[in-house]
Amino acid sequence: MTGALLSARGVTKRFGGRTACNGVSFDLWPGEVLGIVGESGSGKSTLLNCLAGRLVPDAGSVLYETRSVGSVDVHNLTEARRRLLARTEWGFVNQDAREGLRMGVSAGANIGERLMAIGARNYGEIRGTASDWLQRVEIDLGRIDDPPTVYSGGMRQRLQIARNLVSSPRLVFMDEPTGGLDVSVQARLLDLLRGLVDRFHLSAVLVTHDLGVARLLTHRLMVMQGGQVVEEGLTDQVLDDPQHAYTQMLVASILPV
Amino acid sequence: MPDTIADQGRDEGAYNYAYLDEQTKRMIRRAILKAVAVPGYQVPFGGREMPLPYGWGTGGIQITASIIGRDDTLKVIDQGADDTTNAVSIRRFFAKVAGVATTTRTEEATVIQTRHRVPETPLREGQILVFQVPIPEPLRMLEPRETETRTLHALSEYGVMQVSLYESIARHGRISKAYNYPVLVNGRYIMSPSPIPKFDNPKLDRNPALQLYGAGREKRIYAVPPHTPVKSLDFDDHPFEIERWTQCCDLCGSTESFLDEMIVDDEGTRRFICSDTDYCQERQEAQRLEAQSQKGERQ
Amino acid sequence: MYVAVKGGETAIAHSLDLLADRRRGDRDIPEVTLEQIDAQLSLAVDRVMTEGSCYDRALAALAVKQARGDLFEAVFLLRAYRTTLPRFGHSRPIDTSRMVAERRISSTFKDIPGGQVLGPTFDYTHRLLDFSLMADGERPIAPTAPVDAAQELPRVGDILEREGMLEPPPPADSGAPTQDITRDPLAFPASRAVRLQNLARGDEGFLLALGYSTQRGYGNNHPFVGEVRYGSVPVAFVPEELGFAIEIAEIDVTECDMVNQFAGSHEVPPQFTRGYGLAFGHSERKAMSMALVDRALRAEELSEVVTSPAQDEEFVLAHSDSVEASGFVQHLKLPHYVDFQSELVVVRTLREEVEARRAKDASLSALGQAAE
Repeated sequence: MTGALLSARGVTKRFGGRTACNGVSFDLWPGEVLGIVGESGSGKSTLLNCLAGRLVPDAGSVLYETRSVGSVDVHNLTEARRRLLARTEWGFVNQDAREGLRMGVSAGANIGERLMAIGARNYGEIRGTASDWLQRVEIDLGRIDDPPTVYSGGMRQRLQIARNLVSSPRLVFMDEPTGGLDVSVQARLLDLLRGLVDRFHLSAVLVTHDLGVARLLTHRLMVMQGGQVVEEGLTDQVLDDPQHAYTQMLVASILPV
Repeated sequence: MPDTIADQGRDEGAYNYAYLDEQTKRMIRRAILKAVAVPGYQVPFGGREMPLPYGWGTGGIQITASIIGRDDTLKVIDQGADDTTNAVSIRRFFAKVAGVATTTRTEEATVIQTRHRVPETPLREGQILVFQVPIPEPLRMLEPRETETRTLHALSEYGVMQVSLYESIARHGRISKAYNYPVLVNGRYIMSPSPIPKFDNPKLDRNPALQLYGAGREKRIYAVPPHTPVKSLDFDDHPFEIERWTQCCDLCGSTESFLDEMIVDDEGTRRFICSDTDYCQERQEAQRLEAQSQKGERQ
Repeated sequence: MYVAVKGGETAIAHSLDLLADRRRGDRDIPEVTLEQIDAQLSLAVDRVMTEGSCYDRALAALAVKQARGDLFEAVFLLRAYRTTLPRFGHSRPIDTSRMVAERRISSTFKDIPGGQVLGPTFDYTHRLLDFSLMADGERPIAPTAPVDAAQELPRVGDILEREGMLEPPPPADSGAPTQDITRDPLAFPASRAVRLQNLARGDEGFLLALGYSTQRGYGNNHPFVGEVRYGSVPVAFVPEELGFAIEIAEIDVTECDMVNQFAGSHEVPPQFTRGYGLAFGHSERKAMSMALVDRALRAEELSEVVTSPAQDEEFVLAHSDSVEASGFVQHLKLPHYVDFQSELVVVRTLREEVEARRAKDASLSALGQAAE
């Protein structure tokens, strides 16, 4: 290993006759936020799910440097180990907060679940931690016993983030975390995310089709088209001086001139 | 056609000892052995259709039928009482198909089949307590899918169960679950103790008797071997606690037992009486004898 | 209290006597015979045999009589008897192309080899009460066309299949043992063989409602009745000591081959797929509902999105059995004194706490007002 936190090597995933992502390799360094951009259907979400162990790639491997036992091959772990990793060292923020939250239970329970899953058994302490996290994601403490069903879209997304970060993960996977939100709500969420990433020295892999989000949050960028990585580099470099025709097209069509 | 029907007159004399055929009993005994070997783990078994309806104790009856022998003495209780109709019906069934001795006395019984209670009288080694279980899966109301709950058990992923207890405290200030209160068996599997009141949960812990649990409709058997630790789930700062009554039993004066509340008139006047009928009678009998002997001494 | 024990036993004994008395009803009216039930309520007998999964007209008629016409109860009676029977082995799969069909229709082709045979059906009766049935008297014997038992009726599905338009059915007898759901517990995911066994025993009303829901958009699969046929087929058995098949019985069955649209997947070009239903006796509603639900449950296998109850294997298979459902619903009649008592204690405690809190709040606010 080279000190990378996450290493993908030749990750390939096919669905029937279609190759959703093809031979993707990269290293993610501690504290780094990597953006994966591309149009819908470019294979970026498939790649993310392969990285996070939610999909099994047809070829290639994903190595992760754990806190305690060194490097592990994510797809060679037993399901038990992989799920443990996913709820202790990792976080996963879904585009649709409903998929990442327990909609039927209170916000406090949503945040406390990971703590209880790893053995926390003091109600007062769990609730205290949940309160701290609600404040960090700027949700009024008076809403701690409300279920997310009565939350707005932006609040749900912030709650999902708190639910993930409560176990102090090192690596967070994010799938279009600002998708489907109003522009003003997006801005606030982006601000919050940037602050949390800095404060907790998080590493992250962020999938987005929004180059504005990518510029604000990521250090490095991979551009995907048709399942292939067509360009990668430092975010500012890629966006300011795109080399590949597809990247140029993306930048031209989305960023204001 | 008429001839065939007339020829086909069959009678009920053809049933095997204890109703089930020996193959089936062997299959159930294998499931029981596996259940004992892995305390709290729900073993799927080829549950049979019984001549009693599902939900009325078919799981317990199949276990009892598979383990009962001619030398056994059977006690059957429902809600703690020997005289409730379903307990009577099941006791009659075994008296008929297995010809076993039956009793209402907890101490005399070698096999006790129960629905919703654990007897107040402490059990001893060698006794078997057979529970009738409606829903064996403690996570069922939190996760309806069998494929998912089996994974959660396999990986000991029990956060969701603790979440439900957290919710209860957040909403009510205390864990409001009153019966079928989930337990952790031998530090490994979360188990449904069947719909016994949480009052009975402490009796499951390190009990010298063998506890067998049968769910007929859901086709699961599980067990708690003698002396196995059984812990009721809770929080450090909201410890598990059992029901208490300010009243005592109207008949035997017990302050220790689970009390049934009875409404005795239109005014809503209440009486409280032990739900365990045998326990209550034994106490009344002992009190009567003591009173007699005191009377004798005075004379 | 000992008296109460006796009381329970006496009560049950009296209840049984009363039930037997009510079953017999008015003694001035002749008792119904099993032959009458079998001959004149034959569709009730068919349903009880199907859901009881035991082909025995006499026993099914007995169950209907004993259950006072409650078919759920009759199914239960037959099941509880069936479960005690020893198993000698499995018959050979029945071959419905050898059926001597009394009825056989297809909605996919106007004419089919062997022809459309309407047979006895309620389909074209006007649902007018026939008051002539109130009077006794012989009915005219229906004229019947001679049935050519030797003529094989090719299944419509087989014809489509030869063209490659319809997927082939799974091999009739792969030699691999099929799980018996009355011996082994259901496990998920279930094989199609297991699903079909479950549906065959499943409650007709439940399957009808689920099949209906697929037609109303909850998991639509664009069905056509490829064929429904009803008639008798031989049952063959291979005794181990003989080593060759002998015919041991002839049974009446209803079979439905449902043909459904399918857009194709990455591996398979567009073609029609099948849903299959089979029931004892004459039970078209059951066979068709079963075929709709069978096809809906194949959603995952055919890479369709599972969105609706009829496509949800765990939901359908776990709730289809009327004996299980009826027992568990009705067990709510059993005493729950103990559980209810526990709930009473908890609810009382919670209410006391709420009231104490309210009283405290009220006195605090009164204090506050006094201070002002």
